[in-house]
Amino acid sequence: MIAARSPEAMNRLHSLEIDQLTVSYANGHVALRDASFRLSGGSICALVGVNGSGKSTLFKSIMGLLHPAAGFVRVSGRPVREALRENLIAYVPQSEEVDWSFPVSVWDVVLMGRYGHMNFLRIPRAQDRRIAEESLARVSMLEFRDRQIGELSGGQRKRVFLARALAQEGRVILLDEPFTGVDVKTESAIIALLRELRDEGHVMLVSTHNLGSVPEFCDQAVLINQTVLAAGPTVEVFTEENLNRAFGGVLRHFRFDESTVQKHDGRAVTLLTDDERPLVFGKGGHLEYSQRKGHESVVRQREEREDSEP
Amino acid sequence: MSALLEPFRYGFMVDAMLAGMAVGAVCAVLSCFLVLKGWSLMGDAVSHAVLPGIVLAYILALPLALGAFVSGLSCAILTGYIRANSRVKEDTVMGVVFTGLFALGLVMFTKIRSDLHLDHILFGNILGLAPGDLRDTLLIAGATLLIILTLRRDLLLFCFDPAHARTIGLRSGRLYYLLLSLLAVTIVVSLQAVGIILVIAMLVTPGCVGYLLTDRFGRMLWIAAATATICSFLGVYLSFFLNASTGASIVLLQAAVFLLALTFAPKHGLLAVKRRRLATADGLMKDFPTAPVRGSGTPATFR
Amino acid sequence: MIDTLLIPLRYEYMLKAILVSGAIGGVCAFLSCFITLKGWSLMGDALSHSVVPGVAIAYYIGWPYAAGAFLTGLLAAAGMGFVKAKTRLREDAVIGVVFTAFFALGLFLISRFPAEVDLNAIIFGNILGISNADIVQMLLISAFTLVVLGLKWRDLLLFCFDRTQARALGLNTTFLHFLLLTLLSATAVAALQTVGAVLVVAMFVTPGATAYLLTDRFGRMIALAVAMGVGTSVTGAYASYFFDGSTGGCIVTLQSALFVLAWLFAPKHGMIAARARRRAAGVMEAVA
Repeated sequence: MIAARSPEAMNRLHSLEIDQLTVSYANGHVALRDASFRLSGGSICALVGVNGSGKSTLFKSIMGLLHPAAGFVRVSGRPVREALRENLIAYVPQSEEVDWSFPVSVWDVVLMGRYGHMNFLRIPRAQDRRIAEESLARVSMLEFRDRQIGELSGGQRKRVFLARALAQEGRVILLDEPFTGVDVKTESAIIALLRELRDEGHVMLVSTHNLGSVPEFCDQAVLINQTVLAAGPTVEVFTEENLNRAFGGVLRHFRFDESTVQKHDGRAVTLLTDDERPLVFGKGGHLEYSQRKGHESVVRQREEREDSEP
Repeated sequence: MSALLEPFRYGFMVDAMLAGMAVGAVCAVLSCFLVLKGWSLMGDAVSHAVLPGIVLAYILALPLALGAFVSGLSCAILTGYIRANSRVKEDTVMGVVFTGLFALGLVMFTKIRSDLHLDHILFGNILGLAPGDLRDTLLIAGATLLIILTLRRDLLLFCFDPAHARTIGLRSGRLYYLLLSLLAVTIVVSLQAVGIILVIAMLVTPGCVGYLLTDRFGRMLWIAAATATICSFLGVYLSFFLNASTGASIVLLQAAVFLLALTFAPKHGLLAVKRRRLATADGLMKDFPTAPVRGSGTPATFR
Repeated sequence: MIDTLLIPLRYEYMLKAILVSGAIGGVCAFLSCFITLKGWSLMGDALSHSVVPGVAIAYYIGWPYAAGAFLTGLLAAAGMGFVKAKTRLREDAVIGVVFTAFFALGLFLISRFPAEVDLNAIIFGNILGISNADIVQMLLISAFTLVVLGLKWRDLLLFCFDRTQARALGLNTTFLHFLLLTLLSATAVAALQTVGAVLVVAMFVTPGATAYLLTDRFGRMIALAVAMGVGTSVTGAYASYFFDGSTGGCIVTLQSALFVLAWLFAPKHGMIAARARRRAAGVMEAVA
């Protein structure tokens, strides 16, 4: 647990508030219109939408890199600029955005998270070193502290940038596609860490493509496509209708009631996925098809086999 | 022996060595940031763009260095502005803007009668430093170096991850202009030594040498600075005997060091990479003495 | 008044200069459409600086200057390609290192072995003093470039737009890559006489960029770029009579002025049009 925060700072309820936010670019393109939602800690919120739906625009606005044409962003009740000065916002970038051959070590990167707490010359004090060490230890990367960042595996790289966010002691953490290029073990370790942070009162906004894992670890969800389509508890937001609205025709449907998995019996189940066509195997380990039409012979064979082996 | 020491007997040679080394060091330290930020050709643009400023300052009887600084900086700012407000790619905008400014400077230069030497602006005139010039060069170069080194951590973070710099409350806009201003100042102070075309080399090559030789930024700074100061010293020294352009000698020496680093760098050099590839291939051969040939052998499980 | 304006046209050297500049300006503009789309703007800059040692060497060994210049230009391009492929250095850094080294070599040679090489003519061009033999050389290079572009422009367009797709279609992308580099070097050599090494890059970039702001069709883009290239080169060469022979400066200043006009006022991609669109979006906001 990272200490050194005054108790009232720890207990103060942190929040992220987006109110009627409109952002347009210099070429006249409006990337986000009238977006509103509110999160308060501790919470893990999924930010879900197709490419170009305004996810990164929203992130940039929260980080103060873009100035809204209308509306505002408030972090724990403060305008963005003030929140940045207080180091309330931390950001874990997408792997593609990082130059991995940059001549810095793991330790350098995590210390960069402390810059906001250091003096003007950025000379680390004992406390900065201690917090950086604790953060690295928390993601089990302490033994790699002297590695150049390019010498790490995909999962390790992610953990270094998580450690940087921890070292920064930000209360609102933005994570951009944290699970791409990460092995399953690291993914569950990251999720476990995010849960711990939620219990400590952090607000996390996670942009992800991984629809399936959202209900598993996100208590809140925001669906966007140029504007906020739905926001709230994941169970309420993640409805088939909302997701279809957010993804238009992009989502792949796998309707079990039309598939070879089950004959039509009224127990309709739909599998939604935004990534690739799901590969579905039946009970016996055989492939299933999304349409029974054209695969009648498969269904017939199976029926015959079931009949012969009672 | 005394022949080898002869250059040191001339005051102008010693001055040239000192000025060359000071300028080399500043350019080298800055080049580390430029190479990492992907701004190598920003030096190209800014240095060409100083010409109209020099001519204009001459007409208005202002210090030439001031004019050079302002027009170099405005080239970079204009490039950024047009880039943000049009659909043209950044490198293209840069090409359009700096050539436009250079051409404008050229037309103005030919239209006014002046005692400016275009040759000196283009190729430097380090052997002809006026009495106060050395002092000015050393002072400005020293001050610039001090600022860069003091703020090196912020500048490095800005190059590495501007979004994070923003989230810890650093004003990345301010750092952007700071780095640009440092670049413009460095170019202006280097003009006398190497001129506007070869300063580009001084702003790229040492950083590349450092980047090839190490994975740590601190070491990269040292390597770049050492490379540049030694090359400046030797370049001035050798040009005395070769009777060749001083700026060109300095830059050729830097290019030679770059070639050496490119070939022999312990980890990222051509030979090291080749050796590593051979070693991997060897290792594979040992692990699989009889490498399976695709398509041969019987499938085990599929029927 | 009219008399003064007609003075330049009375001199044969001015007429030659105007015609040759126009030809080179047109060819460069044609090529510039590919260069700007491919993102090779600074490659043009690098190549035009890299030809300098070639000019010097050609003088020493008695070759036509164009041959030497062309060879070192290609050598520099090959060097950049090699270093880029073999190291982790960024492309822009590699370009910077290589072309400045070549340029320094040229400068070193010229200062070490002074011959009748006029450095200023290389750096700034000297179209007003062009010899008939050079005119023939330049026209040959221009004709060659135009023929190749005319025959291969579709392949080159696809190569610039989507290299992978070009390869998938069975086009030889390595060949196209070197073809474009060769054309670039050859044209740079020809343009050297008109505008000089420093400003060649403007001829390779500005007309294409200006046309790109004005249209969304590639065919129209080429037509516009070539028209602007020829127009500015002819006018610039003519105007340089009144500007002490700084032909390159005049041509490129004109080209830049056209770019600024297009950037501000282009019907769809101009800044003012974008502003208006943005404001319209804001108004819709207020209504909605």
